[in-house]
Amino acid sequence: MTDMLDTDILSAAREQVLERGIGLTEAQAVECLTLPDDRLDDLLALAHEVRMRWCGPEVEVEGIVSVKTGGCPEDCHFCSQSGLFQSPVRAAWLDIPSLVKAAKETAATGATEFCIVAAVRGPDERLMKQMREGCEAIRAEVDINIAASLGMLTQAQVDELADMGIHRYNHNLETSRSYFPNVVTTHTWEERWSTLSMVRDAGMEVCCGGIVGMGETIEQRAEFAAQLAELEPDEVPLNFLNPRPGTPFGDQPIMAPAEALKTVATFRLALPRTILRYAGGRELTLGDLAGKGVLGGINAVIVGNYLTTLGRPATEDLDMLAELSMPIKALSQTL
Amino acid sequence: MSDYCGRCGRQTADHAGPELTGCARALSLEPPRYCAACRRRMIVQITPTGWTARCSEHGVLTNLHLQN
Ligand code: SF4
Ligand SMILES: [Zn+2]
Ligand SMILES: [Zn+2]
Repeated sequence: MTDMLDTDILSAAREQVLERGIGLTEAQAVECLTLPDDRLDDLLALAHEVRMRWCGPEVEVEGIVSVKTGGCPEDCHFCSQSGLFQSPVRAAWLDIPSLVKAAKETAATGATEFCIVAAVRGPDERLMKQMREGCEAIRAEVDINIAASLGMLTQAQVDELADMGIHRYNHNLETSRSYFPNVVTTHTWEERWSTLSMVRDAGMEVCCGGIVGMGETIEQRAEFAAQLAELEPDEVPLNFLNPRPGTPFGDQPIMAPAEALKTVATFRLALPRTILRYAGGRELTLGDLAGKGVLGGINAVIVGNYLTTLGRPATEDLDMLAELSMPIKALSQTL
Repeated sequence: MSDYCGRCGRQTADHAGPELTGCARALSLEPPRYCAACRRRMIVQITPTGWTARCSEHGVLTNLHLQN
Protein backbone atom coordinates (compact mmCIF):
# COMPACT_ATOMS: atom_id res chain seq x y z
CA MET A 1 0.00 0.00 0.00
CA THR A 2 2.72 2.45 1.03
CA ASP A 3 4.68 1.30 -1.97
CA MET A 4 1.89 2.20 -4.30
CA LEU A 5 1.50 5.64 -2.76
CA ASP A 6 5.20 6.30 -3.03
CA THR A 7 5.33 5.54 -6.72
CA ASP A 8 2.05 7.19 -7.67
CA ILE A 9 2.73 10.29 -9.73
CA LEU A 10 -0.02 12.32 -8.10
CA SER A 11 1.29 11.57 -4.59
CA ALA A 12 4.78 12.52 -5.68
CA ALA A 13 3.49 15.69 -7.35
CA ARG A 14 1.52 16.64 -4.24
CA GLU A 15 4.66 16.56 -2.12
CA GLN A 16 6.96 18.12 -4.71
CA VAL A 17 4.79 20.69 -6.51
CA LEU A 18 2.10 21.57 -4.01
CA GLU A 19 4.21 21.52 -0.84
CA ARG A 20 7.57 22.64 -2.22
CA GLY A 21 6.64 24.54 -5.37
CA ILE A 22 8.99 22.57 -7.58
CA GLY A 23 7.53 21.86 -11.02
CA LEU A 24 7.27 18.42 -12.61
CA THR A 25 10.24 17.07 -14.50
CA GLU A 26 9.78 16.08 -18.13
CA ALA A 27 9.50 12.39 -17.19
CA GLN A 28 6.91 13.20 -14.53
CA ALA A 29 4.96 15.27 -17.05
CA VAL A 30 4.78 12.22 -19.34
CA GLU A 31 3.36 10.24 -16.41
CA CYS A 32 0.66 12.85 -15.81
CA LEU A 33 -0.24 13.14 -19.48
CA THR A 34 -0.65 9.36 -19.71
CA LEU A 35 -2.78 8.89 -16.60
CA PRO A 36 -5.94 6.92 -17.35
CA ASP A 37 -9.14 8.92 -17.79
CA ASP A 38 -10.47 7.73 -14.44
CA ARG A 39 -7.68 9.70 -12.71
CA LEU A 40 -8.43 12.91 -14.63
CA ASP A 41 -10.50 14.41 -11.83
CA ASP A 42 -7.75 13.75 -9.27
CA LEU A 43 -5.19 15.32 -11.60
CA LEU A 44 -7.35 18.40 -12.12
CA ALA A 45 -8.04 18.72 -8.39
CA LEU A 46 -4.32 18.66 -7.58
CA ALA A 47 -3.54 21.20 -10.32
CA HIS A 48 -6.24 23.45 -8.88
CA GLU A 49 -4.74 23.20 -5.39
CA VAL A 50 -1.33 24.04 -6.83
CA ARG A 51 -2.71 27.06 -8.65
CA MET A 52 -4.53 28.32 -5.52
CA ARG A 53 -1.44 27.78 -3.35
CA TRP A 54 1.17 29.35 -5.64
CA CYS A 55 -0.89 31.89 -7.64
CA GLY A 56 -4.02 32.59 -5.61
CA PRO A 57 -7.65 32.78 -6.66
CA GLU A 58 -7.48 35.78 -9.04
CA VAL A 59 -8.03 35.25 -12.73
CA GLU A 60 -6.26 37.53 -15.19
CA VAL A 61 -8.47 38.67 -18.04
CA GLU A 62 -7.05 39.81 -21.38
CA GLY A 63 -8.35 40.94 -24.74
CA ILE A 64 -6.39 40.68 -27.98
CA VAL A 65 -6.58 42.38 -31.33
CA SER A 66 -4.80 42.01 -34.63
CA VAL A 67 -3.24 45.27 -35.85
CA LYS A 68 -1.92 43.63 -39.00
CA THR A 69 -3.67 40.53 -40.28
CA GLY A 70 -2.59 38.02 -42.93
CA GLY A 71 0.13 38.04 -45.56
CA CYS A 72 2.86 36.81 -43.20
CA PRO A 73 6.02 35.49 -44.95
CA GLU A 74 6.51 32.69 -42.39
CA ASP A 75 5.13 29.16 -42.79
CA CYS A 76 3.81 28.14 -39.35
CA HIS A 77 1.71 25.16 -40.45
CA PHE A 78 -1.22 25.91 -38.14
CA CYS A 79 -1.61 29.54 -39.15
CA SER A 80 -4.26 30.96 -41.45
CA GLN A 81 -2.32 34.22 -41.63
CA SER A 82 0.66 32.84 -43.51
CA GLY A 83 0.81 34.24 -47.02
CA LEU A 84 2.29 30.92 -48.20
CA PHE A 85 -0.92 28.88 -47.93
CA GLN A 86 -4.26 28.99 -49.75
CA SER A 87 -6.07 30.43 -46.76
CA PRO A 88 -9.16 32.63 -47.20
CA VAL A 89 -7.77 35.20 -44.74
CA ARG A 90 -7.01 38.48 -46.54
CA ALA A 91 -4.47 41.02 -45.41
CA ALA A 92 -5.85 43.85 -43.26
CA TRP A 93 -4.48 46.74 -41.19
CA LEU A 94 -6.21 48.24 -38.15
CA ASP A 95 -6.16 52.04 -37.85
CA ILE A 96 -5.53 53.91 -34.58
CA PRO A 97 -9.19 54.77 -33.82
CA SER A 98 -10.08 51.08 -34.21
CA LEU A 99 -7.21 50.11 -31.91
CA VAL A 100 -8.48 52.51 -29.26
CA LYS A 101 -12.00 51.17 -29.68
CA ALA A 102 -10.76 47.60 -29.25
CA ALA A 103 -8.86 48.63 -26.10
CA LYS A 104 -12.03 50.24 -24.73
CA GLU A 105 -14.09 47.13 -25.49
CA THR A 106 -11.47 45.07 -23.69
CA ALA A 107 -11.31 47.33 -20.62
CA ALA A 108 -15.11 47.32 -20.41
CA THR A 109 -15.02 43.58 -19.71
CA GLY A 110 -12.84 44.19 -16.63
CA ALA A 111 -9.71 42.98 -18.42
CA THR A 112 -6.34 44.32 -17.28
CA GLU A 113 -4.31 43.29 -20.33
CA PHE A 114 -4.74 44.37 -23.92
CA CYS A 115 -2.45 42.62 -26.40
CA ILE A 116 -1.75 44.06 -29.83
CA VAL A 117 -0.71 41.38 -32.30
CA ALA A 118 0.74 41.52 -35.82
CA ALA A 119 1.18 38.72 -38.35
CA VAL A 120 4.78 39.42 -39.25
CA ARG A 121 8.21 37.79 -39.08
CA GLY A 122 9.27 40.86 -37.14
CA PRO A 123 8.19 44.49 -37.07
CA ASP A 124 9.15 47.02 -39.75
CA GLU A 125 9.32 50.82 -39.37
CA ARG A 126 5.65 51.28 -40.24
CA LEU A 127 4.51 48.80 -37.61
CA MET A 128 6.76 50.29 -34.91
CA LYS A 129 5.32 53.71 -35.69
CA GLN A 130 1.77 52.32 -35.48
CA MET A 131 2.64 50.78 -32.11
CA ARG A 132 4.09 54.01 -30.76
CA GLU A 133 1.11 56.09 -31.88
CA GLY A 134 -1.35 53.37 -30.89
CA CYS A 135 0.07 53.11 -27.36
CA GLU A 136 -0.11 56.87 -26.91
CA ALA A 137 -3.69 57.05 -28.15
CA ILE A 138 -4.79 54.13 -25.99
CA ARG A 139 -3.10 55.55 -22.86
CA ALA A 140 -4.87 58.86 -23.38
CA GLU A 141 -8.27 57.19 -23.15
CA VAL A 142 -8.04 53.75 -21.55
CA ASP A 143 -6.61 52.48 -18.28
CA ILE A 144 -5.13 49.11 -19.22
CA ASN A 145 -1.77 47.35 -19.51
CA ILE A 146 -0.62 47.14 -23.12
CA ALA A 147 1.08 43.96 -24.31
CA ALA A 148 2.42 43.22 -27.77
CA SER A 149 3.15 40.28 -30.05
CA LEU A 150 5.05 41.33 -33.14
CA GLY A 151 7.27 38.38 -33.94
CA MET A 152 11.05 38.26 -33.74
CA LEU A 153 12.78 41.43 -32.55
CA THR A 154 16.16 43.09 -32.88
CA GLN A 155 17.76 44.50 -29.75
CA ALA A 156 16.89 48.02 -30.93
CA GLN A 157 13.22 47.05 -31.30
CA VAL A 158 13.20 45.42 -27.87
CA ASP A 159 14.53 48.65 -26.39
CA GLU A 160 12.00 50.73 -28.28
CA LEU A 161 9.07 48.59 -27.12
CA ALA A 162 10.30 48.75 -23.52
CA ASP A 163 10.54 52.50 -23.92
CA MET A 164 6.94 52.63 -25.17
CA GLY A 165 5.94 51.03 -21.88
CA ILE A 166 4.94 47.66 -23.32
CA HIS A 167 4.13 45.71 -20.19
CA ARG A 168 4.47 42.18 -21.51
CA TYR A 169 5.73 40.74 -24.79
CA ASN A 170 4.24 37.59 -26.28
CA HIS A 171 6.34 35.32 -28.43
CA ASN A 172 5.33 31.67 -28.49
CA LEU A 173 7.78 28.82 -28.83
CA GLU A 174 4.64 27.04 -30.14
CA THR A 175 5.85 23.48 -29.48
CA SER A 176 8.80 21.47 -28.22
CA ARG A 177 12.20 22.06 -29.70
CA SER A 178 12.23 18.55 -31.21
CA TYR A 179 8.87 18.98 -32.97
CA PHE A 180 9.34 22.59 -34.09
CA PRO A 181 10.88 21.71 -37.52
CA ASN A 182 7.62 19.86 -38.31
CA VAL A 183 5.66 23.04 -37.65
CA VAL A 184 7.85 25.88 -38.96
CA THR A 185 10.65 25.81 -41.54
CA THR A 186 11.21 29.53 -42.18
CA HIS A 187 12.84 30.23 -38.83
CA THR A 188 14.12 28.25 -35.87
CA TRP A 189 13.08 27.58 -32.31
CA GLU A 190 16.42 29.04 -31.23
CA GLU A 191 15.66 32.34 -33.00
CA ARG A 192 12.44 32.55 -31.02
CA TRP A 193 14.29 31.76 -27.79
CA SER A 194 16.74 34.56 -28.46
CA THR A 195 13.96 37.16 -28.83
CA LEU A 196 12.52 35.94 -25.54
CA SER A 197 15.87 36.35 -23.78
CA MET A 198 16.21 39.93 -25.03
CA VAL A 199 12.66 40.73 -23.89
CA ARG A 200 13.38 39.39 -20.41
CA ASP A 201 16.68 41.29 -20.15
CA ALA A 202 14.93 44.53 -21.12
CA GLY A 203 12.60 44.17 -18.13
CA MET A 204 9.39 43.40 -19.98
CA GLU A 205 7.28 40.48 -18.76
CA VAL A 206 7.68 37.37 -20.90
CA CYS A 207 4.60 35.67 -22.32
CA CYS A 208 5.38 32.43 -24.09
CA GLY A 209 3.21 29.45 -24.85
CA GLY A 210 2.07 27.46 -27.81
CA ILE A 211 -0.40 25.11 -29.37
CA VAL A 212 -1.03 21.51 -28.43
CA GLY A 213 -2.64 18.93 -30.69
CA MET A 214 -0.48 19.65 -33.75
CA GLY A 215 0.57 16.00 -34.14
CA GLU A 216 3.30 16.06 -31.47
CA THR A 217 3.73 12.95 -29.34
CA ILE A 218 2.86 12.90 -25.64
CA GLU A 219 6.60 12.85 -24.95
CA GLN A 220 7.06 15.99 -27.05
CA ARG A 221 4.21 17.69 -25.23
CA ALA A 222 5.99 16.92 -21.94
CA GLU A 223 9.25 18.14 -23.47
CA PHE A 224 7.52 21.41 -24.34
CA ALA A 225 6.24 21.84 -20.77
CA ALA A 226 9.76 21.25 -19.45
CA GLN A 227 11.27 23.72 -21.91
CA LEU A 228 8.75 26.37 -20.91
CA ALA A 229 9.58 25.71 -17.26
CA GLU A 230 13.23 26.32 -18.10
CA LEU A 231 12.31 29.65 -19.70
CA GLU A 232 10.24 30.65 -16.64
CA PRO A 233 7.80 32.91 -18.47
CA ASP A 234 5.45 35.18 -16.54
CA GLU A 235 2.60 33.87 -18.66
CA VAL A 236 1.93 30.77 -20.74
CA PRO A 237 -0.98 30.99 -23.19
CA LEU A 238 -2.20 27.48 -24.03
CA ASN A 239 -3.90 27.03 -27.39
CA PHE A 240 -5.55 23.89 -28.69
CA LEU A 241 -5.21 23.43 -32.44
CA ASN A 242 -8.20 24.74 -34.32
CA PRO A 243 -7.48 23.27 -37.77
CA ARG A 244 -7.75 26.14 -40.24
CA PRO A 245 -8.89 25.52 -43.82
CA GLY A 246 -6.08 25.76 -46.36
CA THR A 247 -3.23 25.34 -43.85
CA PRO A 248 -0.98 22.22 -43.74
CA PHE A 249 -2.62 21.31 -40.41
CA GLY A 250 -6.13 21.92 -41.78
CA ASP A 251 -7.04 18.22 -41.56
CA GLN A 252 -5.62 17.45 -38.12
CA PRO A 253 -8.19 16.01 -35.71
CA ILE A 254 -9.51 18.13 -32.87
CA MET A 255 -8.02 17.08 -29.53
CA ALA A 256 -10.27 15.02 -27.26
CA PRO A 257 -11.52 16.97 -24.22
CA ALA A 258 -9.97 14.59 -21.67
CA GLU A 259 -6.58 14.91 -23.36
CA ALA A 260 -6.89 18.69 -23.43
CA LEU A 261 -7.74 18.81 -19.72
CA LYS A 262 -4.82 16.50 -18.84
CA THR A 263 -2.60 18.92 -20.75
CA VAL A 264 -3.93 21.91 -18.81
CA ALA A 265 -3.35 20.22 -15.45
CA THR A 266 0.08 18.90 -16.42
CA PHE A 267 1.25 22.32 -17.60
CA ARG A 268 0.12 23.77 -14.28
CA LEU A 269 2.06 21.13 -12.38
CA ALA A 270 5.13 21.80 -14.52
CA LEU A 271 4.77 25.58 -14.06
CA PRO A 272 3.33 26.10 -10.58
CA ARG A 273 3.75 29.90 -10.46
CA THR A 274 3.05 31.02 -14.02
CA ILE A 275 -0.07 32.71 -15.33
CA LEU A 276 -1.60 29.86 -17.34
CA ARG A 277 -4.01 31.25 -19.88
CA TYR A 278 -6.72 29.60 -21.89
CA ALA A 279 -6.21 30.87 -25.43
CA GLY A 280 -7.45 29.82 -28.87
CA GLY A 281 -9.30 26.62 -29.69
CA ARG A 282 -10.81 26.12 -26.27
CA GLU A 283 -14.43 26.61 -27.41
CA LEU A 284 -13.96 24.01 -30.14
CA THR A 285 -12.02 21.53 -28.00
CA LEU A 286 -13.72 21.85 -24.63
CA GLY A 287 -17.07 23.55 -25.20
CA ASP A 288 -18.99 23.49 -21.93
CA LEU A 289 -16.14 21.69 -20.17
CA ALA A 290 -14.06 24.88 -20.08
CA GLY A 291 -14.95 25.38 -16.40
CA LYS A 292 -13.10 22.13 -15.58
CA GLY A 293 -9.87 23.73 -16.77
CA VAL A 294 -10.45 26.80 -14.63
CA LEU A 295 -10.78 24.35 -11.72
CA GLY A 296 -7.75 22.44 -13.02
CA GLY A 297 -4.90 24.92 -13.21
CA ILE A 298 -6.00 27.71 -15.55
CA ASN A 299 -5.88 31.19 -13.98
CA ALA A 300 -6.23 33.50 -16.97
CA VAL A 301 -8.51 33.81 -19.97
CA ILE A 302 -8.71 35.65 -23.25
CA VAL A 303 -12.16 37.15 -23.38
CA GLY A 304 -14.12 37.72 -26.52
CA ASN A 305 -12.74 37.12 -29.97
CA TYR A 306 -9.35 35.87 -31.10
CA LEU A 307 -7.29 37.10 -34.06
CA THR A 308 -9.00 35.25 -36.90
CA THR A 309 -11.68 33.30 -35.07
CA LEU A 310 -14.42 34.17 -32.60
CA GLY A 311 -14.60 33.32 -28.91
CA ARG A 312 -17.58 33.11 -26.63
CA PRO A 313 -19.14 36.45 -25.73
CA ALA A 314 -17.12 38.01 -22.87
CA THR A 315 -20.16 37.98 -20.60
CA GLU A 316 -20.31 34.17 -20.73
CA ASP A 317 -16.77 33.87 -19.42
CA LEU A 318 -17.32 36.51 -16.78
CA ASP A 319 -20.47 34.68 -15.64
CA MET A 320 -18.52 31.43 -15.52
CA LEU A 321 -15.85 33.04 -13.31
CA ALA A 322 -18.51 34.51 -11.04
CA GLU A 323 -20.18 31.11 -10.73
CA LEU A 324 -16.86 29.53 -9.80
CA SER A 325 -16.29 32.37 -7.25
CA MET A 326 -13.06 33.42 -8.93
CA PRO A 327 -12.28 37.10 -8.59
CA ILE A 328 -10.94 38.97 -11.60
CA LYS A 329 -7.47 40.41 -11.06
CA ALA A 330 -7.61 44.19 -10.76
CA LEU A 331 -5.25 46.60 -12.49
CA SER A 332 -3.75 47.69 -9.15
CA GLN A 333 -2.60 44.11 -8.52
CA THR A 334 -0.68 43.98 -11.77
CA LEU A 335 1.45 47.05 -11.24
CA MET B 1 -30.59 34.56 -50.38
CA SER B 2 -26.94 33.61 -50.23
CA ASP B 3 -25.41 32.05 -53.35
CA TYR B 4 -22.08 31.13 -51.75
CA CYS B 5 -21.00 29.66 -48.43
CA GLY B 6 -19.35 32.35 -46.30
CA ARG B 7 -16.86 29.86 -44.90
CA CYS B 8 -15.59 27.87 -47.88
CA GLY B 9 -16.91 29.91 -50.80
CA ARG B 10 -18.66 26.96 -52.47
CA GLN B 11 -21.91 27.51 -54.31
CA THR B 12 -24.75 26.85 -51.89
CA ALA B 13 -26.55 24.90 -54.63
CA ASP B 14 -23.88 22.13 -54.61
CA HIS B 15 -23.08 22.40 -50.94
CA ALA B 16 -25.35 20.23 -48.83
CA GLY B 17 -25.45 17.56 -46.13
CA PRO B 18 -22.75 17.20 -43.50
CA GLU B 19 -20.38 19.58 -45.28
CA LEU B 20 -22.87 22.39 -45.19
CA THR B 21 -23.74 21.61 -41.57
CA GLY B 22 -20.02 21.67 -40.77
CA CYS B 23 -19.59 25.09 -42.36
CA ALA B 24 -22.71 26.41 -40.67
CA ARG B 25 -21.47 25.20 -37.29
CA ALA B 26 -18.01 26.66 -37.91
CA LEU B 27 -19.55 30.03 -38.70
CA SER B 28 -20.69 30.34 -35.09
CA LEU B 29 -16.99 30.52 -34.14
CA GLU B 30 -15.52 32.42 -37.08
CA PRO B 31 -16.57 35.32 -39.27
CA PRO B 32 -17.41 34.68 -42.94
CA ARG B 33 -14.47 35.00 -45.34
CA TYR B 34 -16.36 34.87 -48.66
CA CYS B 35 -19.08 37.23 -49.78
CA ALA B 36 -22.33 35.28 -49.95
CA ALA B 37 -23.43 37.27 -53.00
CA CYS B 38 -20.32 37.19 -55.23
CA ARG B 39 -17.76 34.84 -53.61
CA ARG B 40 -15.12 37.57 -53.40
CA ARG B 41 -12.79 37.12 -50.41
CA MET B 42 -13.69 39.81 -47.92
CA ILE B 43 -11.39 41.94 -45.77
CA VAL B 44 -12.24 40.86 -42.24
CA GLN B 45 -11.40 42.75 -39.07
CA ILE B 46 -12.04 41.28 -35.65
CA THR B 47 -12.04 43.12 -32.33
CA PRO B 48 -12.68 41.58 -28.90
CA THR B 49 -16.43 42.08 -29.12
CA GLY B 50 -17.19 42.37 -32.82
CA TRP B 51 -16.17 41.84 -36.43
CA THR B 52 -16.66 43.40 -39.84
CA ALA B 53 -16.26 41.79 -43.25
CA ARG B 54 -15.97 44.03 -46.30
CA CYS B 55 -16.72 43.02 -49.88
CA SER B 56 -15.40 45.57 -52.36
CA GLU B 57 -18.66 45.17 -54.31
CA HIS B 58 -21.32 44.47 -51.70
CA GLY B 59 -20.31 46.57 -48.72
CA VAL B 60 -19.72 45.74 -45.09
CA LEU B 61 -21.21 42.90 -43.10
CA THR B 62 -20.88 43.02 -39.30
CA ASN B 63 -21.85 40.76 -36.42
CA LEU B 64 -24.57 43.24 -35.57
CA HIS B 65 -26.20 44.27 -38.81
CA LEU B 66 -25.76 44.82 -42.54
CA GLN B 67 -24.63 48.22 -43.66
CA ASN B 68 -23.39 49.73 -46.89
S1 SF4 C 1 4.89 34.15 -37.72
FE1 SF4 C 1 2.88 34.37 -36.73
S2 SF4 C 1 1.51 35.23 -38.28
FE2 SF4 C 1 3.33 34.48 -39.34
S3 SF4 C 1 2.76 32.43 -40.02
FE3 SF4 C 1 3.81 32.20 -38.04
S4 SF4 C 1 2.15 32.25 -36.50
FE4 SF4 C 1 1.28 33.03 -38.44
ZN1 LIG D 1 -19.02 25.86 -46.85
ZN1 LIG E 1 -19.69 40.66 -52.74
